[in-house]
Amino acid sequence: MHPAFSVIFLTTLIGVGQGLFLALYTGQLYALANLLPAQSSDFYAVGSMVSLILLFAGLIASFFHLGHPERAWRAATQWRTSWLSREVLALPAAMGLIFLYGTVHFFDLTKPLFVISGTLPVDFSLIIGGLGTLAVFGLFLCTAMIYASLRFIKAWYSPLTVANFLFLGIASGFMLASAFSAYQGNSLVSFYGTWAVIATLFGLLARVATLYRNGRFRCKVDLKSAVGVHHSQLEQKAQGFMGGSFNTREFFHGKSEGLLRLVRYLFLLMVFVVPVILILLAYALESETLPLLAFGIQYLGLILERYHFFTEAQHPQNLYYQSMA
Amino acid sequence: MTQLALVIDLNVCVGCHACVTSCKEWNTSGWAGPMTDQRPYDADPTGVFFNRVQTYEAGVFPNTETYHFPKSCLHCEDPPCVPVCPTGASYKREDNGVVLVDYDKCIGCKYCSWACPYGVREFDEQQKVMKKCTLCIDRITDMSLPESERKPACVLACPTRARIYGDIHDPDSEVSVAIREQGGYALQPEWGTEPSNHYLPRRKTRIQIHEDELVRVDNPLKKEALPTLPAAGETLDDVAW
Repeated sequence: MHPAFSVIFLTTLIGVGQGLFLALYTGQLYALANLLPAQSSDFYAVGSMVSLILLFAGLIASFFHLGHPERAWRAATQWRTSWLSREVLALPAAMGLIFLYGTVHFFDLTKPLFVISGTLPVDFSLIIGGLGTLAVFGLFLCTAMIYASLRFIKAWYSPLTVANFLFLGIASGFMLASAFSAYQGNSLVSFYGTWAVIATLFGLLARVATLYRNGRFRCKVDLKSAVGVHHSQLEQKAQGFMGGSFNTREFFHGKSEGLLRLVRYLFLLMVFVVPVILILLAYALESETLPLLAFGIQYLGLILERYHFFTEAQHPQNLYYQSMA
Repeated sequence: MTQLALVIDLNVCVGCHACVTSCKEWNTSGWAGPMTDQRPYDADPTGVFFNRVQTYEAGVFPNTETYHFPKSCLHCEDPPCVPVCPTGASYKREDNGVVLVDYDKCIGCKYCSWACPYGVREFDEQQKVMKKCTLCIDRITDMSLPESERKPACVLACPTRARIYGDIHDPDSEVSVAIREQGGYALQPEWGTEPSNHYLPRRKTRIQIHEDELVRVDNPLKKEALPTLPAAGETLDDVAW
């Protein structure tokens, strides 16, 4: 498939935004259980705003993918059948809840509403954060299922696609949370860093499994089945046109195997290896800038990872567009 | 239930592209139009077509066979492109099974084209919506036309009658009979999309006959034995049979 930058930015940016929100809420839950020092409301409010900005940037990026962005509202109608439509609903839902979560913290509306079993004080932020977490996981699922539900594109048609989007989103979000904590100078840097490394390692497992899987399988259909001529030596002589068409532009990446190999090694290095090393170094040196660097490198790596994700996908329609002459 | 479809006979298609040009001519100026082109008279021309004729060659020279392969939307019975559409712009008509796109609802996300294994949807770079074969829906449903003309433009244009049009759910229709009796097959049947359009294979009539069946071996009276030809110089009149 042709890698479209609008979709690459959409999926990576909202992944980071969602991961960051999960990080904030995880931090709040840990603080509630007295496992971490409680943070000021500003930490959550500013963090939510950063998360919201990232989700919004992703939303803007997605509009560049559309031929008619002014009709985008129509995309909310087919949620019964289309994962894309479900994403269109889940994204604003998550954004709204994250906005509320940040607002509640910003205005310090965190007086306990009631107390469960005399130990768990429940306030607005806990409820909204919980709902937000559901929406964020739902959004991860929708975004990934857009690709994972296309049964003709075997490289994507796998639960590994969902695992990949989920773990890499969480990893980059926690990485950003770690960088954000370091920037604010609070003590959550190592907490977020640890979880970022764990999510990154899970992401590595999913990604390597995907690469292994995609390097081995054979497509279910071949040219014989596509044309219906069962001859062992069947060759295309003409596509029906001499210039290009939508079919030759949208479904072919046109990149050399060498470039893709370079992208593959680069993203494996930038998403998984370098950020983990930088986070470990940040522990050792108690550095405030290294987590930020780790996040920056991982995000750039994620762009390459998504680029590779699209070029990996072989569409069966390509069988009909093998040679021009 | 009616399911309108085409049956394309690869045995007689000569690859003349008359269906391609008549399709473009009819549809660019009709309900489904325009079918825009980019740089039509320049380098690297491109544009929207609902129908393309491709050419394949089987075998190695000199034992080759050329197949001209017209390719358009197959109007699947279970079209994978329809449920993925986020706006409902892509739909399958209840009354005749034709898969269509509502250009006023399409947001141009191209997701339907990803979900089609046949690559028969084409994005219009100028109108920014997805386009595809309509089976000339504005023609076949136009009751003001005489019935003989209520057919897709490609069918009417085909000079070899390689394209047959009709209802494949009616067991007695011309298309159903052709599919049944002449080995009609669907493309990429592995996916279970159940394409409505079918193709008829290249057909050759050969009889299985052995050498000994051409010469009568069991012929005790030598009834058919040929006389030995007389030596040169004699005429047939001199020979006594």
